[in-house]
Amino acid sequence: MLADAALAVMWVGLTCYALFGGADFGAGVWDLLAGGAERGRERRRLIEHSIGPVWEANHVWLIFVVVMLWSAFSPVFAAVMSTLYIPLTLAALGIIARGAAFAFRKASTELWQQRLFGACFALSSLLTPFFLGTVAGGVASGRVPPGIARGDVVTGWLNPTSLLGGVLAVVTCAHLAAVYLCADADRERRPELAAAFARDAVLSGVAAGVVALAGIGVLHADAPQLFHGLTHRALPLVVLSAVAGVTGLALLTRRRFVAARGAAALAVAAILWAWGAAQYPAMLVGSTTVARAAANGSVLTAVLASLGVGAVVLVPSLWLLYATFQRGSPEQPSPR
Amino acid sequence: MRTVLFGPGVLAVDAARRVSEGDLAAARAQMGFSLAWHIIVACLGVGLPALTLLAEWYGIRTGNPAHRLLARRWARAMGVLFAVGAVSGTILSFEMGLLWPGLMGRFGQVIGLPFALEGIAFFLEAIFLGIYLYAWDRLPPRRHLLTGIPIVISGTVSAFFVVCANAWMNQPRGFTLRDGKVVHVDPWAAMLNPASPPQTVHMILAAFMVASFLAASVYAVALLRGRRDAYHRAGFFIPFTLGAIATPFQIVVGDWAARFLADYQPAKLAAAEGVYRTGSHVPLTLGGVTGDHGLKYGLEIPNGLSLLVGYSPGTVVQGLDRVPPALRPPVTGVHWAFDLMVAAGFFLLLMGVWLLWQWWRRHRAGGELSTPRLFLALAALAGPAAVVALECGWSVTELGRQPWIVYGVMSVREAVNPAPGLMTGLWLVLVVYAAMTVATVYVLRRLARGTPVPRAPQEGDVARYPVV
Repeated sequence: MLADAALAVMWVGLTCYALFGGADFGAGVWDLLAGGAERGRERRRLIEHSIGPVWEANHVWLIFVVVMLWSAFSPVFAAVMSTLYIPLTLAALGIIARGAAFAFRKASTELWQQRLFGACFALSSLLTPFFLGTVAGGVASGRVPPGIARGDVVTGWLNPTSLLGGVLAVVTCAHLAAVYLCADADRERRPELAAAFARDAVLSGVAAGVVALAGIGVLHADAPQLFHGLTHRALPLVVLSAVAGVTGLALLTRRRFVAARGAAALAVAAILWAWGAAQYPAMLVGSTTVARAAANGSVLTAVLASLGVGAVVLVPSLWLLYATFQRGSPEQPSPR
Repeated sequence: MRTVLFGPGVLAVDAARRVSEGDLAAARAQMGFSLAWHIIVACLGVGLPALTLLAEWYGIRTGNPAHRLLARRWARAMGVLFAVGAVSGTILSFEMGLLWPGLMGRFGQVIGLPFALEGIAFFLEAIFLGIYLYAWDRLPPRRHLLTGIPIVISGTVSAFFVVCANAWMNQPRGFTLRDGKVVHVDPWAAMLNPASPPQTVHMILAAFMVASFLAASVYAVALLRGRRDAYHRAGFFIPFTLGAIATPFQIVVGDWAARFLADYQPAKLAAAEGVYRTGSHVPLTLGGVTGDHGLKYGLEIPNGLSLLVGYSPGTVVQGLDRVPPALRPPVTGVHWAFDLMVAAGFFLLLMGVWLLWQWWRRHRAGGELSTPRLFLALAALAGPAAVVALECGWSVTELGRQPWIVYGVMSVREAVNPAPGLMTGLWLVLVVYAAMTVATVYVLRRLARGTPVPRAPQEGDVARYPVV
């Protein structure tokens, strides 16, 4: 019971990371595709303006998930980290390059520096979700055995399901970001930018749909247990995700940007929970269940209670953060 | 379906057998390097917000433009440093699993609580930093000042929690092992272990000292170059005073931490002080090189260590002879790191005394606080000296615990990831960190120059935001 609660809390953290942190990565992908310095300036400025104040807070969800996994399910953490250390090291380096380069670009004024740091930021925004997606694929397809570095360090993440996970992660992040940026552009009264991002959002949404459809075949051949779960117990969530995704695209074409945000987020959240539901109660497919991997009850109680108390402080603070910056920027800052 | 979970103890021993000497060294080097890098940025992350708030508060109270400009400049540096601190800290949490799965697989749950609490504190810090840096132009001055206070508090608190986890590695408590498996855990006892009080206080004071003296050093150089205006003087005196106040407290706390070792981790103290033979009337040896039977060529103060540990020459101090050779930490490294740390600490103390003397002279004679060239030249070295003390102190803690990763319970060899190719990872990490170091220093230097400061320190588009 406690273990399930801990798993659910961790999965909520993972969902938040995908919805918030994922969109920040996606914004980096659009930064990469924005074109030359002159042509892409307006889009890059909006991206920077949108993710600047929030990306660090959004990034903390990843730390939250990592710490929850190691506190509540230590053997699973050890098994995943040791077997999949190559993509995880690459993702870690991508995280460094993304965050540092973003901060450096903000602080630099010359074009060549902005180009260098910008390229670093944008490229790592593409690679990091890809590697994290391959890790998810490796875990979901049962390629991580229990124990320390017991799995194959290469095929553990270079396999059909992992590649599907990686590509899906990148496309999904890009879609989320484009949808979010539509509303941001709209609020900043930049209709031409909003229209451009709406087009990107529809394209990336369609791409995500195509990848997901292709994924059915991949999972059928490569991850039969996951496939069975997704087509049986988790089917309602899969359907919900598809419906929300299509609805989001329809809302985008009608320029209902705020509602489209909700629909896109729901589509992504539903697919994550579908994965969880399909795999439950296995944490490492074929070997380790939630109950067997769970930490001592005293640890779970202490961690969950701390998080509960923390949430009392965190939730209003997060609300303050988003509320401060979703109000739109002041046109004429009053001179002081 | 075969459901097997081996006892983690069995796994750890098995892993220890599979790991190569080179990969173990690579893992230790990678962890040590990324920690040593992060610790400087983390200290700035804890200390710099306090300095910035102090300058902002002065600026609001007195309306002095120098203080207001300082606050904005420091806030910009804070933004860059917080970003690199956040990402280099994330890497550490990855590395705990990537490099030391043996530790995390068995004891992850035991040290989970302080990390979870640290996560909450860090989250708060990130949220309020976002507000503080980006909403400078959106909030009235006093309310903006208030949004900075949670940054200082949560930065300090997260330092406390994360050092508690490290303290547990020195004084593992709060769990019961049966057949190599953790069967009972008291997470609060694990977090609040005997090493937590001295280690956390020592570290937090160190963070404020490093941030203060480093910031002061930058302005000491500017003052030396003849830029003796109010802006540069304030930029020097605010942080230098804060650092000078912290230093004597730090020396007292350091003494407490060393005497704590005498009781709880005698092997570490023996290595730090180069004590080979257990006995009373132990001298305090400064410097020296490791010989077969003890330190040679060191400067010995008779009875010194016995007096420091127990206030009497008859105090018995445990030596390395009580520790089997295979379980001894590397004496030369730990001893020199310890002596360097103490030397740097006393240098900073003397600089503080000098500052006090200058204050007293101004108090008597009136006029401006004078800054002789020699004082400024030495003050410019105070920042690097504080960093040296920080890194050396950290080396004493970490090297002094070797060969254990969890003191007396698990060795680093049992904890390391036996997967092949850790050496490649080390090289990759070194290259990325080298690039990040160059870029960080370059960007910070640019920020320190006379570039215009936008009203909201993190807004890139200076054109849209009026410049102060």
